[in-house]
Amino acid sequence: MSIEVNGKSIETDEEGYILNLSDWDEDIANELAKEEGIDMSENHWEVVNFLREYYDEYQIAPAVRVLTKAIGKKLGAEKGNSKYLYELFPYGPAKQACKIAGLPKPTGCI
Amino acid sequence: MLHIVNKSPFTTTSLESCLRVSKPGATILLIEDGVYGALDGSRVSDAVRAALADRTVCVLGVDAAARGVEGKVLDGIDVVDYDGFVDLVAANDGVQSWL
Amino acid sequence: MSEAGATKKFLYINRKAPYGTIYAWESLEVVLIGAAFEQDVSLLFMDDGVYQLIKGMDTKGIGMKNFSATYSALGDYDVNKIYVDKDALAERGLTLEDLQHLVWEDENEDWAEKDSIRLVSRDEIAGLLEEQDVIFNF
Repeated sequence: MSIEVNGKSIETDEEGYILNLSDWDEDIANELAKEEGIDMSENHWEVVNFLREYYDEYQIAPAVRVLTKAIGKKLGAEKGNSKYLYELFPYGPAKQACKIAGLPKPTGCI
Repeated sequence: MLHIVNKSPFTTTSLESCLRVSKPGATILLIEDGVYGALDGSRVSDAVRAALADRTVCVLGVDAAARGVEGKVLDGIDVVDYDGFVDLVAANDGVQSWL
Repeated sequence: MSEAGATKKFLYINRKAPYGTIYAWESLEVVLIGAAFEQDVSLLFMDDGVYQLIKGMDTKGIGMKNFSATYSALGDYDVNKIYVDKDALAERGLTLEDLQHLVWEDENEDWAEKDSIRLVSRDEIAGLLEEQDVIFNF
């Protein structure tokens, strides 16, 4: 499977996660978000960028519980809770935000 | 002869056997998990140090670096890269891989 | 997964060197997945498993994922009991200084950093095994 962005074809798996991390850029993120029915706001970008930094440091996409706790620590309790994150990413913050961030499906995503 | 060992000296007897039956003048190359045999201060380092008296011992640098042990290699062991690996194969009459 | 309040003691035993086989990475993945079930998790590194925790790994030259960074995430997953067989380290010419400094942050103490790694003797390991409800071997 693949998606078309700026005339380039980007390979994805059958669930729509892009296969090569290095393919990712902001245009691709916007396209992936559109397919998820999400209009990227500053708050969305904050979470997506956080995920990319987390992956860069630890080589894994965090489980949702870990993401929530880490966001709370970095961005404050008003953002570090599942209500806030599910409002941004209704079908699951770890799953949807990871896809938009160009990361593999989170380990331990249930 | 070039002897290649790719297993940890703590999980198989590959290195032990290789040290026992290799001849003076032989070259021993440690690759993959075999690189752990090159570490200083381990239970096998005395045996490896003894071999250095009459044999050449080399370690594949990329395998040592991957495992975080490149800086802990015994003095006297040569660190080689992939080109060096090829050179060793070309320079020796036979290759014995201790699986 | 479990009945309410039925927390079990899970021990993951890691006895293989990284990269040469897939066991080390598979174990990490299972630990991370299992962490979602909020059990009482401990990790034990013995035999060649102690090599998994060596710091300063650089896998660029062998074209494999450097998953050693992932051990630092274990604290985020509330996995903070990491036991290392001190005799296994010594036999291999290694000391605690050669290992990654793994920590976890205690949310109840204003995110104070605490050490995760505990060096244990073989007697202590014997006791650890007896305490467990479930043991996974890698």
